[in-house]
Amino acid sequence: MDLSFGPEYEAFRSQVRDFLQSRSADYPGAARSTRADALAWQKTLIEHGYAARTIPRQYGGFGAAPDILKSRIIAEEFTRARAPTGMSGQGISMFVPTLLEVGTEEQKQTYIAPTLRGEIIWCQGYSEPGSGSDLASLQTKAVEDGDDFVINGQKIWTSTAMQADMIFCLVRTEPQAPKHAGISYLIFSMKTPGIEVRPLKTMTGHAEFNEVFFTDVRVPRTQIVGARGEGWRVANATLKHERGMLGDPNAAESRLAALIDLMREETAGGERLINNPLLRDRLMQMQARVLAMKYNGLRLISAQLNGETALLAALIVKLQGCEINHELAALAIDSLGELGVLYEDSPHLRAGGSWQQRYMFDLGLIIGGGTAQIQKNIIAERGLGMPREPKLASA
Amino acid sequence: MEFGLSQDQRMMQDSLAKALERLCPLDRVRAFADTKEPVARDLWTGLAELGVAGLMIDEEHGGVGLGLLDAVVAAEALGRVVAPAPFLGVTLAAIALTAGGSASQKSKWLPRLAAGEALAAVAISEAIAGARDGAGVTATGGKLTGKTLFVIDAAEADLIIVADTTGALHLVAGDAPGLASTPLTSIDLTRRLGELRFDNTPAEPLGDAGDLTRLRDAAWVLLAADMLGAGSAMIDKAVAYAGERRQFDRVIGSFQAVKHLCAEMAAGLEPCRSLVWYAAHAWDHVPDEASLTAAHAKAHLSEVGRFVARTATEVHGGIGFTDLLGLHYWFKRIGLDRQWLGGPERVRHLAAVMQGLVAA
Repeated sequence: MDLSFGPEYEAFRSQVRDFLQSRSADYPGAARSTRADALAWQKTLIEHGYAARTIPRQYGGFGAAPDILKSRIIAEEFTRARAPTGMSGQGISMFVPTLLEVGTEEQKQTYIAPTLRGEIIWCQGYSEPGSGSDLASLQTKAVEDGDDFVINGQKIWTSTAMQADMIFCLVRTEPQAPKHAGISYLIFSMKTPGIEVRPLKTMTGHAEFNEVFFTDVRVPRTQIVGARGEGWRVANATLKHERGMLGDPNAAESRLAALIDLMREETAGGERLINNPLLRDRLMQMQARVLAMKYNGLRLISAQLNGETALLAALIVKLQGCEINHELAALAIDSLGELGVLYEDSPHLRAGGSWQQRYMFDLGLIIGGGTAQIQKNIIAERGLGMPREPKLASA
Repeated sequence: MEFGLSQDQRMMQDSLAKALERLCPLDRVRAFADTKEPVARDLWTGLAELGVAGLMIDEEHGGVGLGLLDAVVAAEALGRVVAPAPFLGVTLAAIALTAGGSASQKSKWLPRLAAGEALAAVAISEAIAGARDGAGVTATGGKLTGKTLFVIDAAEADLIIVADTTGALHLVAGDAPGLASTPLTSIDLTRRLGELRFDNTPAEPLGDAGDLTRLRDAAWVLLAADMLGAGSAMIDKAVAYAGERRQFDRVIGSFQAVKHLCAEMAAGLEPCRSLVWYAAHAWDHVPDEASLTAAHAKAHLSEVGRFVARTATEVHGGIGFTDLLGLHYWFKRIGLDRQWLGGPERVRHLAAVMQGLVAA
């Protein structure tokens, strides 16, 4: 066991710290910042290698070799300084890696740099009302007509569709083929005629998602990533990146710290919440689980560094991470008691109502990106080598 | 940066697993359980030859001179096969002697412990989990009086480390005058539990309450590692059984109802591996974090261990409930590990106290 990063990396850490200290005046703040401020900050971050770090220079990235320790140091130092990190979103975190793996040179040249700079915002058109866990059953059709595909159908759970300039979208181009082999991956402008976006209000009271309707939407046939019928393979390159995004152990650690503060500061009937032995016991149970996932994360980093696999340790991250975050919010609400149900702009509201907001939104995360039940299938089948469910004879 | 076991530790893991296949098959465990055999001498001798008895004893005293993380590797391997080995007592006594023993105490006991010739026990339950049924040992003028419960290998130990009611540690020889032991029958058929009574029994001082804390933390981590090993074995057995057993014309492991139980066990236990490793590493190298991570390892493994023990038994269906299969040895071993030196609620209370979240 050796948890030191070594002198080279500690020097890198000081470099990141110095940068953050010298630029703290440029941080785009939440309240007064404009889109221009955010774009300028993103530009600065890319120039210094704190965003788009491993994307090749020729596509507008910083061009550093992948180095998981340096990435971790950057994340740690930005959190410590409470500095806004580089832009995320599905374009940067999912579409760009996909294009790098399977895109044509022209597609890479056209899309990657402006996406990294925040000039093109993307949304993801995957799920449909009838195709959730069984995504490959999707029915949105793209029919060839001259030089175009003509798209008809509906997508759902499309976050940022309102703001998005472009969409990367799975459509069925080969209706006769088996379901996985009939899908293509298209990219097109959200301003194309025939696209309608409707906000999808969730249980949180906010519309974090949208529905997107396609009626005779014409997209040039050239707007395809990978070949016709290969969309499933292309999408799986992307989904791999999504799984990595969910269940970040650092997020759970900060949430736990906020919960401990809350329980130490709040009182009920003049007694501090932390003095309630039942609540305190639950807090300690959560602390153990957060720590276990923190060390599990270190184990995964170490495995990656040393070219080893820790398959089971990786497969459980989404399931455990989302569950722990959700339960931390639940414990905060239970600790607050009646105060815990206050929401929106209520008097006596605590933490801006964020514990309820997280409690509800995190249930969405438990369901989204591969439901907990699908995760358990994956853990059992890929991690433990258990047999798949036999296919039903087709009806 | 390397989080996890070193090459040497992995080699030890492999060689121990191989040796235990030979030294400790289920039949050997069953023989120990059924015959009220006091100590599995053949097993302990075999393990001592591999260095297991002296893992944490320095080379000067005939040991291997390794740390708690190495001992965790051994504890996990022993837990995997529910080995009836006096590993906990010997290792914990070696820790206490190394930390607080005089030169003569060390040279008298450590070489014999390392060689597997002497057995040891620790009587510290009252100081950690709270006294039950009037237990408690007081020290006056180099003599101990009182009783202590839940001592593993109480009857066979050649030396006993005793915590008195102030938390100070004492060393008592197994054949000291005024010392009597009574067996306690527990669910765990792979350990021998006893009660010790002291009546003006001569004792040598061995350390203060700070040494007791170190000893407690090491014990918690080793118990967590034992549960980690036992739990992993139970998951492996459940997965293997679910891949063979057929009902409704298919193997039951293809039913999601069964598969998801296995996934839940794995999702619970896999992060525990890293928690136990880190707690041991902290005990060895990061003293500020040692107590808290040890407490969380012990309490969390107790919860996950119980879930795995129950669920793996359930995956086996009726056969899991029988004596014939022997899965119950694992179930009960986890049951003892969970309660010994503080059940999870007690340990979590102590974890909160350590952080200043609440008064003791």
